[in-house]
Amino acid sequence: MNTLIAITGLGVFCLLFEILNFRKGIVPFTILGLLGVLALNFYEFGSTESYYYNMITVSKFSTAFSSLFVILTIFLVALSHNFYENHQTKISDFIAIKIFLLAGAVAMVSFGNLAMFFLGIEILSIALYVLAASERLNLKSNEAGMKYFLMGSFASGIILFGICLIYGAMGSFDVVEISEFSLSAELPIWFPIGMILVTIGMLFKIAAVPFHFWAPDVYEGSPALTTALMSTLAKVVAIATLFKLISGLNLIPSLENQDHLHTFENIIVIISIASMTVGNIMALRQVNVKRMLAFSGISHAGFMLMTFLTVAASAGVLLYYTAAYALAGIAAFSVILYVCKNQHNEDITNFHGLGKTNPLLAAILTGSLLSMAGIPIFSGFFAKLFLFNQTIQAGHIILVIVAVINSIISVGYYFKLILAMYSKEPNEERTGKPFLIYAVAVVSITLNIVLGLFPSLVLDLLN
Amino acid sequence: MNVSTILIILLIGAFATYFSGDKLASKVALLFSLAALGCSVVLLNNYNAGVNISVICNWITQPKIAFALNADGLGLAMVLLTLALTPIIIFSSFGNEYKNAKSFYGLILFMAFAMTGTFLAADGLLYYIFWELALIPIYFIALIWGNGDADERRKAVVKFFIYTLAGSLFMLTAFIYLSQKANGSFLIEDLYKLELSSCEQFWIFLAFFFAYAIKIPIIPFHTWQANVYQKAPTVGTMLLSGIMLKMGLYSVIRWQLPIAPLAAKEYLYIFIGLGIAGVIYGSIVALRQKDLKKLLAYSSLAHVGLIAAGSYTLTLDGLRGAVLQMIAHGFVVVGLFYAAEVIFRRFETRNISELGGIRTQAPKFTSMFLILVLASVALPGTFNFVGEFTVLYSLSQINIWFAILGGTTIILGAYYMLRMFQHVMLGETNSKTFADVTLNEGISFAVIIAVLLFFGFYSKPITDLITPSLETILNVINKN
Repeated sequence: MNTLIAITGLGVFCLLFEILNFRKGIVPFTILGLLGVLALNFYEFGSTESYYYNMITVSKFSTAFSSLFVILTIFLVALSHNFYENHQTKISDFIAIKIFLLAGAVAMVSFGNLAMFFLGIEILSIALYVLAASERLNLKSNEAGMKYFLMGSFASGIILFGICLIYGAMGSFDVVEISEFSLSAELPIWFPIGMILVTIGMLFKIAAVPFHFWAPDVYEGSPALTTALMSTLAKVVAIATLFKLISGLNLIPSLENQDHLHTFENIIVIISIASMTVGNIMALRQVNVKRMLAFSGISHAGFMLMTFLTVAASAGVLLYYTAAYALAGIAAFSVILYVCKNQHNEDITNFHGLGKTNPLLAAILTGSLLSMAGIPIFSGFFAKLFLFNQTIQAGHIILVIVAVINSIISVGYYFKLILAMYSKEPNEERTGKPFLIYAVAVVSITLNIVLGLFPSLVLDLLN
Repeated sequence: MNVSTILIILLIGAFATYFSGDKLASKVALLFSLAALGCSVVLLNNYNAGVNISVICNWITQPKIAFALNADGLGLAMVLLTLALTPIIIFSSFGNEYKNAKSFYGLILFMAFAMTGTFLAADGLLYYIFWELALIPIYFIALIWGNGDADERRKAVVKFFIYTLAGSLFMLTAFIYLSQKANGSFLIEDLYKLELSSCEQFWIFLAFFFAYAIKIPIIPFHTWQANVYQKAPTVGTMLLSGIMLKMGLYSVIRWQLPIAPLAAKEYLYIFIGLGIAGVIYGSIVALRQKDLKKLLAYSSLAHVGLIAAGSYTLTLDGLRGAVLQMIAHGFVVVGLFYAAEVIFRRFETRNISELGGIRTQAPKFTSMFLILVLASVALPGTFNFVGEFTVLYSLSQINIWFAILGGTTIILGAYYMLRMFQHVMLGETNSKTFADVTLNEGISFAVIIAVLLFFGFYSKPITDLITPSLETILNVINKN
């Protein structure tokens, strides 16, 4: 709770800075503030309290994921300095929006009441709509914002409808009360229907197949930094929230009581297989790096959905997977931001010869792609390993085999980028070494490798 | 001191090489590889004296993964092979100039690190991690420093990478499945103890087979090999053919056979047959090659086919012969590829028809090359004879026809190798001049030849080293 208040306060400060004309200091100040929030969050870790009539409940799950979100936001804010160089007058707005987005994200994983859950989603989504359209003179960015807004509000509507049905069935918005009711033998059919609608809405936010159609266009059209935010932070938030929703409302035991568990598992397996396969196959054909990462994100969503088959035991695995994926994503995007700055597009040709002109950044991008492809010693490998381990334990060996085949396919497009960096001739020299981009890239890939060397640090947090 | 010291030396060496700069890189790398070799010799002495040099400590709690390095005779023999070849390979590259040498030599040491780890790891997951780690450096070595047309090279290297990764991911799935059966443990002792049904064993065996057959390579998974050998820089080819494919053969003996013995026994004929098919196919294709490196690649395919067939016989002689031949082949193939490189340095071609008449200009080089060629066709008195003969003997115990067909590797091998020698070294004098071997080149050749001849006459030290651990493995295979 204190975290949430602190984040909101920080956002308000950012806006005040604009008025006080203190733009130069805004990035370091916000980073310091977020580090403070992170410390506060660590301090809160382990406590389980609820505030305001159960509106917000702090648990290990919520604090662990909030820490991840705060860390990701620190990286994204640090990248802002360079990215918004040409929009100095707007920088405080953009940063404040990111901070408010973080507030929404934290609310989404620490809700104790479905009303708060919806509020969190809307805070996050509206911030994302604004950020997607934030390059206001660029037609593509406007299109992305508009598309995202239309599709996103539609999904929000479906979620809201689902919440209403759950309320109709249970007579409460409170998570604890609903979870108690859901174990009773006689349940109105409205409860599972409501849950399905909420899940569909969340799958839309996660961009899982078949609710993924918005993702590639929006990712490509949005400014690169917003794409970075959407593919790392927003995706992680959405999947963690859905996980919390399904585990918090006791959906699995309730379905077991009603003999519907098998159907639910089948649906998850199908969506998961479809997401990874479609995402990977589409990614193979992309020449735009942002679009490629959008499709790769869809396939990773499919992997993350595998944790839903073992909800009771896999919170730690989900945290680890999302951390590994998001850190690799941040490292990759910081290199993309550097390479594609002042370019009109993010085509793969921009990366030609990066291994010669800038070996450090090329190595970092290689590392992050290897992590996403699941090559040891990067944490992406362990994430997949733990996930497969968990899933085989639950008896879904076919799903794991499909996932393995998809991992092989994904190497195809990740390596396309690596090949472009190392085996093509450089087309132009880039000058300047923006400190913050380098710092973010180095720190995030280092964290990724540290997670790989000591997986227990994160994996055992939620046990 | 225990075996992790070797790994630490190699890993520090890789970073030190990278940070020492382009000029010093090759020397620093050589220094560290020699240090690792020295360390392994000391450890070997300790091991023979009965000191425990294995390591085991917990790494990840959930799932239970241990940092376990187990040094037995077999593992140590492979580690010694790796660490003896690495300095030779590094030293042999001294005549070449590489762009960005610090990364190049750093990657070589890193690869030696990963391969040594593979040979020592006693935890399935740790083993898998090292196995995959070895793939990354060779990918970049072949991609960045390779020769020939960039586009073709890219295709060959990517194919190689995806092939091997695909195989090993199936192995990973198998490991996860096995650990579920062993109550979450990946330790090799626990996996050895498992009692699996024959159906389970069949699938596990197959998953392992994909990984190893691609790496070794066994027919029909060999299609990546010749192109990559040809396109990679010679150092990369030496690493691949000399050490890396031994990872696959070693793993067959260490992991595949003891974990799924029933499947191995049931499908014995099929897998020996595949190995023998590799022998015949490799030999016949080698007959038609015009490129020196490609010819050596296919001859290598034939030899490893025989080694694989030997390990699948599940007899002590087969396993022992396979290990001896692995070591012998490692040395001889490195020597042969180095000879090809020496020729390339002077003539800038590897096309056999453009070569000739080297003998009159370079008698020292010719005699060394001749010894290597004769060793590769298993002339009695060379180490390869010991290995190949033991394998053929074990094949004859299974079925005499296997031995006869496997014997073609010697007959056909003699034919294409000597024909190659005739075209390259004898015949009309090529118009270009061919300087005889330099001191550096001579040292590399001399070391390799010395090893081949010494163990050819006196293979007892290695046999004594590997036999106890092979007997242990055979006991596991025959436990039920």
